[in-house]
Amino acid sequence: MAETFLSIRGVQKSYGPNVVVQDFNLDIGRGEFVSFLGPSGCGKTTVLRIVAGFEEPTSGTISIGDRDVTNLRPNQRNIGMVFQAYALFPNLTVAQNIGFGLKVAGMAKAEAARRVAEMLELIKLQKFGDRYPYQLSGGQQQRVALARALAPKPRVLLLDEPLSALDAKVRVSLRDEIRSIQKELGITTIFVTHDQEEALSISDRVVVMSQGRMEQVGAPFEIYNFPKTRFVASFVGTLNVLNGKVADPAKGTIAIDGQDIVASRGLGATKAGDSMSVALRPESAMLVDLGGGRNRMRGTIEDVSFLGSVVRLRVRFTDNTILMDTFNSPNFPPPARGQTVTVIFAPEDVLVLDGLEAA
Amino acid sequence: MKTSRLWAWITFGVGAAYFLLPLIATFEFSLRMRRGVYSFDAYRSVLGDPYFQATFFYSVLVAVFTILLGVLLVVPTAYWIRLRMPRFRPVVEFITLLPLVIPAIVIVFGYIRMFGSSSPLPFLASTRGADALLVIGYATLALPYMYRAVDTGLATIDVRTLTEAAQILGAGWTRIVIRVILPNVLIAVLSGAFLTFAIVIGEFTMASLLNRPAFGPYLQNIGANRAYEPSALAIIAFAITWGCMSIIQILSRFAPKSANQPR
Repeated sequence: MAETFLSIRGVQKSYGPNVVVQDFNLDIGRGEFVSFLGPSGCGKTTVLRIVAGFEEPTSGTISIGDRDVTNLRPNQRNIGMVFQAYALFPNLTVAQNIGFGLKVAGMAKAEAARRVAEMLELIKLQKFGDRYPYQLSGGQQQRVALARALAPKPRVLLLDEPLSALDAKVRVSLRDEIRSIQKELGITTIFVTHDQEEALSISDRVVVMSQGRMEQVGAPFEIYNFPKTRFVASFVGTLNVLNGKVADPAKGTIAIDGQDIVASRGLGATKAGDSMSVALRPESAMLVDLGGGRNRMRGTIEDVSFLGSVVRLRVRFTDNTILMDTFNSPNFPPPARGQTVTVIFAPEDVLVLDGLEAA
Repeated sequence: MKTSRLWAWITFGVGAAYFLLPLIATFEFSLRMRRGVYSFDAYRSVLGDPYFQATFFYSVLVAVFTILLGVLLVVPTAYWIRLRMPRFRPVVEFITLLPLVIPAIVIVFGYIRMFGSSSPLPFLASTRGADALLVIGYATLALPYMYRAVDTGLATIDVRTLTEAAQILGAGWTRIVIRVILPNVLIAVLSGAFLTFAIVIGEFTMASLLNRPAFGPYLQNIGANRAYEPSALAIIAFAITWGCMSIIQILSRFAPKSANQPR
């Protein structure tokens, strides 16, 4: 991480007895793109609003650069923000919307016009300056909102679920556009989302939150592959949970529906016969044996879902079922329902849930 | 023609006749000033009367000040209630409805007792003070209409998000209200303004009891002493009111459009 630019220290927020954010500590580097990821009501938007100055923390501080901004009003913080509902001023044209912050800052007209033109070029809407917000599509409106937030050259950019109101295709293209603009400008950014794919695809780091707490902070690769809590493991990505009993704790062997598998990450302080839950990502299981000391479990195909590039299979063992993904290939048709298959997965991919902190 | 449609037309005809016949009769009577022929003599007489001009322009001026006071009072209040104190909305709505249930005569007697020349706030000790009190009284009478118009306008925009968007861009409260909120509820404010205008132009009780030279008392005075001119005045007052309503309708077509309310 680059030098710390935005620092959130010991932030707590309560509404009466209801604690919505607790002990939130995070240092964000200059130019870093950090996502707050979590389900609705986990406190991610509250933290963002505290950074923006719209909410006052019950305790804790917010610093930008070397300056403590905790007690500053939102209009004194020099922060840019993009809202889920666009929040463009309906009575102003696109150019006037982008120039609003510049006018407030007292920038000279000619200079402001130059900056607005620059921003319109950045979002590739040069010909739309004279249009009103209602004359634009949702994606275009959100790009204007982004340009408006960036025009006054804020020190920090806050994005509050900016893609939620858009359709799937526009979401992906705008997501990439936001990331490329952020990189180009090198602006420190916090992105709030409940969409894990969004968070994992564009962030330098992801903060996973649940019930007002930070569950885990890390790079997307780390969050996805090495979850530290049960919540992170279950919330980020699809997770198959298999329930069984410890067969040999020394060798890391677990019996699932009468079939032994090995978990290389260790079973912790367990003894033979103890109940044990392990997890497996759908993409970790395969039907092709690549050799080596892999786990093998016999099961029956219960369902086949064609998802385009991927085919998702549901395989039943006895009591446990798993979802597994195989790449679609016209040369290899997927197995049929009812077919008996051998599911193969590496011991390294078996995640011992009992070893993780409870959510 | 279906029976239901026939009944609909009959109902419409009866309703229209109920409203239009007295109006047509009044208009017809106002044209009869000259014996044997229809003429606009009554209108000429009324419009040429210096008292008509003086009282009418006095009432127009009072209406303008009433509208200004109403806007200054209602727009920030309704905005603040929506933004920060939505739980108090029913209370404020109740308060704004009070002028509809408390007769103007009660309010004006209260004013006379409260603001008489021997009171700590002697509005009635001077002409300007009495004018100011009349404006305040009219703003109270117009409150139900002005508040509802503005509140309805505020309901069509996302007040909180627009406010926050302006705040984060550096704007202070005054700029937010003037540059962001007001332009987006301008049509609603104008609707309230024209309703206020229509109320003020014809109001009699307050103006009369505060002894102000307004159009309402002039109407009453003419009505008591002349035959044809009151009918002409009624038609003129009616035309002014309908003119105001038409302007509201025309202006509403120019309301700023939001993404949620496409043209």
